[in-house]
Amino acid sequence: MLSRRVIPCLDTRDGRVVKGVRFEGIRDAGDPVRLATRYQREGADEIVMLDITATIEGRPATRRLVAALRAVLAIPLTVGGGIRNEAEAAALLEDGADKVAVNSAALATPGLIDRLATRFGSQCVTLAIDAARHDGDWQVRRRGGRDATPRGAVAWALEGTQRGAGEVLLTSIDRDGTREGYDLELLRAVTGVVTVPVIASGGARVAEDLVAAIAAGADAVLAASIFHDGDTSVGDVKDQLARHGLEIRR
Amino acid sequence: MSAPVAGVIRTGTANLASVLAAFARMGAATRVVDRVADLDGIDRLVLPGVGAFGAAMAGLRARNLDRAITDRVQAGAPFLAICLGLQLLAEGSEESPGVTGLGVLPGRARRLPEGVRVPQLGWNTAQWADGSEPFTVWYANSYGLDGGGTGWEPAHTTHGRPFIAALRRPGQLACQFHPELSGETGARLLEAWWAEC
Repeated sequence: MLSRRVIPCLDTRDGRVVKGVRFEGIRDAGDPVRLATRYQREGADEIVMLDITATIEGRPATRRLVAALRAVLAIPLTVGGGIRNEAEAAALLEDGADKVAVNSAALATPGLIDRLATRFGSQCVTLAIDAARHDGDWQVRRRGGRDATPRGAVAWALEGTQRGAGEVLLTSIDRDGTREGYDLELLRAVTGVVTVPVIASGGARVAEDLVAAIAAGADAVLAASIFHDGDTSVGDVKDQLARHGLEIRR
Repeated sequence: MSAPVAGVIRTGTANLASVLAAFARMGAATRVVDRVADLDGIDRLVLPGVGAFGAAMAGLRARNLDRAITDRVQAGAPFLAICLGLQLLAEGSEESPGVTGLGVLPGRARRLPEGVRVPQLGWNTAQWADGSEPFTVWYANSYGLDGGGTGWEPAHTTHGRPFIAALRRPGQLACQFHPELSGETGARLLEAWWAEC
């Protein structure tokens, strides 16, 4: 039986892991290779690395850091940040990524998703959506949450997966870094319309939050602050998921 | 005799570094294969995964690597296929209708059924037909094969329906899962294949 995935996220800037609250107040959170090594040892099912300034600086995610992570990781690595075309995705796969996550460029040019899926297959293409509550809906934001878009998160998730994205990394900007729990309504709304796996992101505090996200339809749960700051470990979280009767990898 | 070297085929769509890193961790030498001439001196061939069926086949055909792979697999030469690499051995795939595969294995890759999340992304079990203990490995697939060919021992897994998790015969291993991303379990599988070649 397919296990539920626990995925630590490395938001990176200038070669360091960083973390903010609601995408702001960014602070240093450690060395990426050291953290990734620790998470792998603790039983992380995958690692996600998001280069949070790549889009703003008009470049793809840092290849050197991807290569450094790959050298130590024998588990999957998803890389996002600034990917604008197939060539940049191919380069990251050659450097050590196993999946690529697209966000801002796909919002500007949705056909990018189709092109990536046609070449690399849907299973390689993760659509990252940063959503914020707005007028009773969830508005998609781009460029690291800086810019509003006219798109609703649910409709965009549906369109993106119909275009070929094989996974949705769904981040609640309202909950990011707050430890207030995942936005379960958002999760339910998106997992109810797409047929691909959905990764819940933004707001985890304790293992019960991850259990709740899975109950709301998430196939995988992503967290950053609670692992970086040592509130809990990947192993502890997985133990608790198992205690709730969820299938996890030992 | 010189130390063995694995030739890892560059399909243009694969997670090449992950495969190379897995071999590097076990101290095995690798060389990236871009064209037929790169196969000189290569005694072990690796066809990595990731990619859409049609795009990967087009990449192999454009460089005449399709025949080279088929000949070696059929001759029983040391060979490892990963994920899409396994499916490329079949006659075709629902992913890319009209595209002919390498045809080493009978049948076509079929899409996983509705009712489960597709693609399958994550850790699932595999079990060899000999009844040995199931093991847990990482998959990333929307399509699966229903059977293997004559002489291959199958391992099975289930996501929505049962399908081939791996096929093996002496010196040859073809996995639907990604051994290079399957932690220590995957490393042991790769080491066993390397030792058997």
